[in-house]
Amino acid sequence: MNFENLALIKDFYFQAFTVGLLISVCTALLGVEVVLKKYSMLGDGLSHVSFGTLAVAAAFGEARLEIALVVVVLVAFLLLQIRQNSKINGDAAVAIVSGAFMALGIFATRLENGANTDYNSYLTGSLFAITDDNFLLCVIMSIAVVVIYVFFYNKFFAVTFDENFCQATGGKVGAYNFIIASLTAVTIVIGMRLIGALLISSLTVFPVVSSLKISKTYKGCVLFAVIASVASYLLGFVLSLCSVSVQFPISSAVILANLIVLLICLGVSYFRKHKKLR
Amino acid sequence: MEKLLECKNLCVSIEGKPVLNDVSFDVCENDFLCIVGENGAGKTTLTNAILGLLPIASGQILLNGIGKSDIGYLPQKLKLSNNFPASVKEVVMSGFVGKRFFSPFYSETQRCRADDSMKLMNIDKLKNRSYLELSGGQQQRVLLARAICAAEKLVFLDEPVTGLDPLASDNFYKLLNHLNKHHGVAVVMVSHDIKNSVKYCSKVLHLGNKERFFGSAEEYIESGFYKAYIKREGIENEF
Repeated sequence: MNFENLALIKDFYFQAFTVGLLISVCTALLGVEVVLKKYSMLGDGLSHVSFGTLAVAAAFGEARLEIALVVVVLVAFLLLQIRQNSKINGDAAVAIVSGAFMALGIFATRLENGANTDYNSYLTGSLFAITDDNFLLCVIMSIAVVVIYVFFYNKFFAVTFDENFCQATGGKVGAYNFIIASLTAVTIVIGMRLIGALLISSLTVFPVVSSLKISKTYKGCVLFAVIASVASYLLGFVLSLCSVSVQFPISSAVILANLIVLLICLGVSYFRKHKKLR
Repeated sequence: MEKLLECKNLCVSIEGKPVLNDVSFDVCENDFLCIVGENGAGKTTLTNAILGLLPIASGQILLNGIGKSDIGYLPQKLKLSNNFPASVKEVVMSGFVGKRFFSPFYSETQRCRADDSMKLMNIDKLKNRSYLELSGGQQQRVLLARAICAAEKLVFLDEPVTGLDPLASDNFYKLLNHLNKHHGVAVVMVSHDIKNSVKYCSKVLHLGNKERFFGSAEEYIESGFYKAYIKREGIENEF
C-alpha cells in the first residue's frame, strides 16, 4: 500500500463520517417534532418516496440527490395538505403515496440502463454513497437544517405543544408545519444515501424515544436526543469500521447502537421510578 | 367604552349542520363576559369560530384596534401524549408564539412578562418542574399564565374551572377578577358553573337551544333565564 492510497482512503472516510455526524444531529432535532407530533409515519413514507425517486432517476441515468430533494419536499408539502384536510385519512394517504413511489422505484430497477446502479445501497445505505460530488451538498443542506431548526426552535415547541393555541393567538401554524415537514424531507433524503431507505426513518425515532425516557423539559429532550444520536452514530461507525472483514454495514451498526442506547435509557428510567417508589 | 370585539349575526355550521344561528354580541374594554348555556348550545363552537379555529358560515367578527396576536386563549382541554417533555416555564413562554415571526429568541421584556405572569398565578416556584407532573389546578394556572403572556387586551377561557375542586376554582375566579380589574384585560369565559360565574362577570351571553340572552350580569340575574336555570339545577340536585 502506498501513501497516496492511504490519503485517499482517509479522505473518503472523513467525508462519510462528517455527513453521518451531521445527519445524526438533524435526525435527532427533527425526530423530536416528528415523534411528538405523531408524524413518525411521515418520515417512513418520505424515505420510500426518496427511494422511488432516486431509482427512477437512476433508470434515466441521472441519480442526483437534488432531484430527490425537490420531489420529496413537494410530496411532504402535499401530504401535509392532505393531513389538514380531514376528509381523507392522513395515515392512509402516507401509505398510499409511499407505496406508489416504492412500486415505481422497484419497477425502475428492472429497466436496463447499462449504468449498473447499486439499488441495494439505496435500501440499506452505504459509506460509498458519499462521493466528492454530493459531499458538499450534503454538508450544506444538513447545516442549513440545523440553523433553521434553531431559528424556529421556540415556535416549533409552541406549535407542537398546542397547535390550537398557536393558531388562536396569531401564530403561523401552517408555515411552521410546512417548515418542519420540509426539514424532515431534506434530512431523510440526505440520510437515505448513507443509512438507506429502510432504516433512515427509525433514526428519527430511536434517539427521541430514548430521550423522552430521561428528560422532563423540552430543551433537555432536544439536547439529550442529539447527544444520544451522535453517541450512537460514533459507536456504530467504529463498529462498522472495526468489522471491515465481515462488512457490517454502517446503517445496521448505527441502528443497533441506537438500540443499545435506548435500552440503557429504559433501564435508567425504570431504576429511577423504582427508587422513587421505595 | 371602546368595543374590542364585535360579533354580528354570526352563523357557524359543523359538517353542514348549523350549530350557531344569528349570534350577535360585543366585548368592550375591561368587560368580563360570561358565555353560559346548556350542553350542545354551541359555547365552545362560538369561541372557536371567533378565534379562527373554525370557519364561519355567515356573519361578521370584527376586531377593533387589536390583532389576533393580542388575544390570549385557554383551551377546554389539552390533548397531550403522556410523556410530552415540557417545563412550566417553556409552556408559559410559548404564549408569545404569535408575536414576532422573524425573531428566533424571546426578548428580555418577554422574559420579564413571563416571570410576572408566573408570579401572578403563583406558579413561579414550579417553573422548572415538568408540566405533566403537576396537578390539574396547577396545570390550569400554567395555561392561564400562558394565556396572559399572549393576551394584551383580551383573553378567551373555555371552561377553565372544569375538574377543579371548589377551593381551587374559587381561587381561579379571584385571579381572573384581579386580572380583569387591575391589569385591564377583557375576559371572555365559557362556563358551566353559572352560579359562581355571575358573581364575578359584568356581562352574560346565554346561549339556549331556542332562546338567547345578552346583557349585564344584573339584568341576567333578574331575568327568567337565570331563575329557570337555578330552578332546574335545584330539581336535578334533588335526584
